[in-house]
Amino acid sequence: MSRLNEANVALAHEIIARYPKPKSALIPLLHLAQEQDGWVTDEAMAHLAELVGVTPAEVKGTCTFYEMFKLHPTGRYMVNICTNIACQVLGAEDLLHHAEETLGIRPGGTTDDGMFTLEDVECIAACTEAPCLQVNYRFGLRLSIDDFDEMIADLRERGRSDHLITANPGEPIPSHGTLGLSRQHLTEERTAGIVAPELVTEAPVWLTFEPKQEEGA
Amino acid sequence: MATGEYVPHAPGYVDTDDPKIVTSRFGYEDSYTLDRYLATGGYEGLKAALGRTSEACHNITREATVLGRGGAGFPAGIKWGFCPPDVWPRYLVVNGDESEPGTYKDRLLMERDPHQLIEGCLIACYSIGLTQCFLYVRGEMAVAQQRLADALNEAYEAGYVGKNILGTDFSVDIVLHWGAGAYIVGEETALIESLEGNRGMPRLKPPFFPAAVGLYGQPTIVNNVETLANLPWLMSNGAEAYKQYGSETSPGTRMFAVSGHVKRPGVYEVEQGVTTYEDLLYGDKYCQGIRDGHELKMFIPGGGSAPWLFPEHVSLPLEARPVGAAGTMLGSGAIVVMDDSTDAVKACLRVVRFFARESCGKCAPCREGTSWEEKILQRILDGNGRPEDLDLLLDIGDNISPGPYPVASDESQGLEAVPFPPRQTTICPLGPSSVAPIVSALRRFRHEFEAKIATPVELGLRGPNAPSEAEETGLRGPNAPSEAEETGLRGPNAPSEAEEVAS
Repeated sequence: MSRLNEANVALAHEIIARYPKPKSALIPLLHLAQEQDGWVTDEAMAHLAELVGVTPAEVKGTCTFYEMFKLHPTGRYMVNICTNIACQVLGAEDLLHHAEETLGIRPGGTTDDGMFTLEDVECIAACTEAPCLQVNYRFGLRLSIDDFDEMIADLRERGRSDHLITANPGEPIPSHGTLGLSRQHLTEERTAGIVAPELVTEAPVWLTFEPKQEEGA
Repeated sequence: MATGEYVPHAPGYVDTDDPKIVTSRFGYEDSYTLDRYLATGGYEGLKAALGRTSEACHNITREATVLGRGGAGFPAGIKWGFCPPDVWPRYLVVNGDESEPGTYKDRLLMERDPHQLIEGCLIACYSIGLTQCFLYVRGEMAVAQQRLADALNEAYEAGYVGKNILGTDFSVDIVLHWGAGAYIVGEETALIESLEGNRGMPRLKPPFFPAAVGLYGQPTIVNNVETLANLPWLMSNGAEAYKQYGSETSPGTRMFAVSGHVKRPGVYEVEQGVTTYEDLLYGDKYCQGIRDGHELKMFIPGGGSAPWLFPEHVSLPLEARPVGAAGTMLGSGAIVVMDDSTDAVKACLRVVRFFARESCGKCAPCREGTSWEEKILQRILDGNGRPEDLDLLLDIGDNISPGPYPVASDESQGLEAVPFPPRQTTICPLGPSSVAPIVSALRRFRHEFEAKIATPVELGLRGPNAPSEAEETGLRGPNAPSEAEETGLRGPNAPSEAEEVAS
């Protein structure tokens, strides 16, 4: 725990290679650390600092700006209930209140069994489907109080719920820290070539080349 | 489960018989796969573009007047032209950090049709010589990230992205990048800061206009997801075809998310300029009116940052200029409808609280001001408001955004609209945006605020600013004016008559 493991170090190098400057990889790398441990540890931040060539303080500076990075352990499932205006006018506060009562925690709190952390969040872009929430950043839409209870029971029993939308039907909800289940992979033979900006001085060739055939505009 | 059958709509999206430019594949369950994309005209726009010179592609975009769909509504073709001519490399940064309250269209475009966005990026890069593209997706959108990662891997594999695209000299890399929860990163210079691995705080313009000094100090085009998603269709069909839709000054279609108290909330693609708020809110094929038994009280016409509009304004067209003149903005195409059950003070507080939470802290007027606004509104809502609080709110707002703040007209009070945009004492518009709900709600519903201040007693509890028991009962509290002051009788510590005469 804490420093990135060997497989993740390899992934980290792959991510860093996609950017003309290594520090740009910092947010994806912080996500990688959070995926490994469920939260972002000081040791992980120190390790990332080595990987991208900045100080641990700079990594912490970036990390603490962003709400999704947790600097302490969380529950397996992060339950984020939107209470912004579009959801508020359609009962988000009732849903949040019900969640507090059911889980026995206030926003920011984690259940004793370490399963759920509750958060009261800002607009998550599903406004027409209010009230809505996310569990580990998977959407639950137009949730009634009964739906919420079912969802919690489903997650406890099966690690997934029909009330939550995943990229592919039936996908489990991964534990907190994992976002998309697939990653981009740039292969050596297909990439156009990532270079530092100072090494480029000329306009790209296609700006001056003649197209093969002319089509009507 | 890629059945390929056309289903009525994806969650949130409502299909109509309107012309579709960007949502044409939303009905297909497998709309996000390369197979479905290719079967429905995918990458044809890229081929059409590659058959022309870069300059010709730029000209088509300019002629079509593709307005930016992120909020500011600036024409993309003109923005592209701001890159200094001889500075290389140039970058494309896609703004997929959609987080304006009420807004969601980019998420659907990324989840339901990722290849269309990728193709749009390629066309933009080809048109003005951008050599690397960064797709910045909001951190909270795990499904969109997954779909885009899959789509990029497919597109690279099939030769649509990367080196020598479709056998030409055109080569560009598209890198999927994602954020970690910060509304302010939707501001283009903050987005660039974030992409450089820093805290997402906006940069001062000038000198940091991204087209001139952007990512790594290089010329950088920052475009919204929906803006780029228009390009494949545009390249296949040309500027003239594009201009057949919408109005003369706002051609094409636009996605609007209508949420709140309407019968059928949803994301709709409609023609810009010719459709009105009334059509959208009350039209049979759109939202079908306010829910039964209620009437429209107010609506947010363009995302949480926009000043509010009221029932008499629904005839406004969905077009930037008239909406701006009416005192607000079309913004990000987010309409939040509130009926007569809505408490104006509570709604105002909720929007202000958003800005207080999301202020990045760089500029003092916003950092301090937004949290003061929140605290004052909270105490009014809690029944602890002070009579001077309403002017105090406006005064704080004036320090963030000086001068008359944009606001809608109010015929009943004989008040005219103040046109958009607001002025600002801050680097970015976040702080000034927090003033929008305050000015809108206070001008229209001042009586609701005053009622809350005048009746502080709730459940029998007294707020600290409630009239004192003494005032009500006639009993004297410790801070009451002394009997001496009232009667003119002198107490033992009063200055002597001699002292007073001397001074």
